[in-house]
Amino acid sequence: MRADVHGTPTRATVLWAVLIAATLLTWAMGEGGLGGPLTLAILASISLLKGGAILLDFMALRHAPLLWRALTLGWMLLVWALIGIAYWKGLAQ
Amino acid sequence: MDHTSATLAPIATADSPPDSPRLAGDLAIWFFILAELLAFGVFFAAYAFTRASNLELFAAEQQALNRDAGALNTLLLLTASYFVVRAVQAAAATRPAHSARWLLAAIGCGLGFVAVKLGEYSAAFEQGVSLSSSPFHMFYLSLTFFHFMHVILGLVILAAMWNGARLGRYRPGEMNGLETGAAYWHMVDLVWLILFPLVYVIN
Repeated sequence: MRADVHGTPTRATVLWAVLIAATLLTWAMGEGGLGGPLTLAILASISLLKGGAILLDFMALRHAPLLWRALTLGWMLLVWALIGIAYWKGLAQ
Repeated sequence: MDHTSATLAPIATADSPPDSPRLAGDLAIWFFILAELLAFGVFFAAYAFTRASNLELFAAEQQALNRDAGALNTLLLLTASYFVVRAVQAAAATRPAHSARWLLAAIGCGLGFVAVKLGEYSAAFEQGVSLSSSPFHMFYLSLTFFHFMHVILGLVILAAMWNGARLGRYRPGEMNGLETGAAYWHMVDLVWLILFPLVYVIN
């Protein structure tokens, strides 16, 4: 299969397996009843990595103009930053 | 190459070299995706800041959610997204029949999401959960239902893509329709990747 912006089936399959494993980790953290800033940081990191894989590989933004990568990845970072600020605000009360 | 195609050559297409920047799908869908991401972003921030003022209530009611169903739906959406990628790759490799089969598999996963979500809603309604029963329930129902409607629209789009693939409409150089629909579906998946940990897990 020729390699174009959509990558190869092998790469897609490896990414899918990683995304599934990351989801199971998130689920297990919920089942374990873990809380606190460190847990939030880990959950946010997993979400950001998964989102990055979807945006850059599945949506093929890796090969798009930089502006589109900045807008979409920036959106994810901004949303998690706001969630983090709200979490910190909750802790401070 | 005739003169007409020569003058149109600077526009990047699926046939452009891999190293020339190219946005996969129609430009209009990307502006639509940005608008959707902004709307979900406002929703997520509103949830997070309301939670910060109602920590005990949110923690208690979040524990009553079916986290297994939320995780299963994450797996279904991710797998559907993977199948859509395979469908696009198959069309780019001039394998329309394969592309149609991958899309059908993606539709199956999407329908699985719908079934799990409807089961979750049914159980919640039996327990008296409603938009007015608590701030947490208001966010839980409105956020997940807003996303649910996007999944329904995504399934309609996937069905149209499946029909197009079945009829052999997508091939190298004519990938725009397939890529446009795929971008929308991946956006629906992307949003859930924040919604699931935020609403179902973080406490």
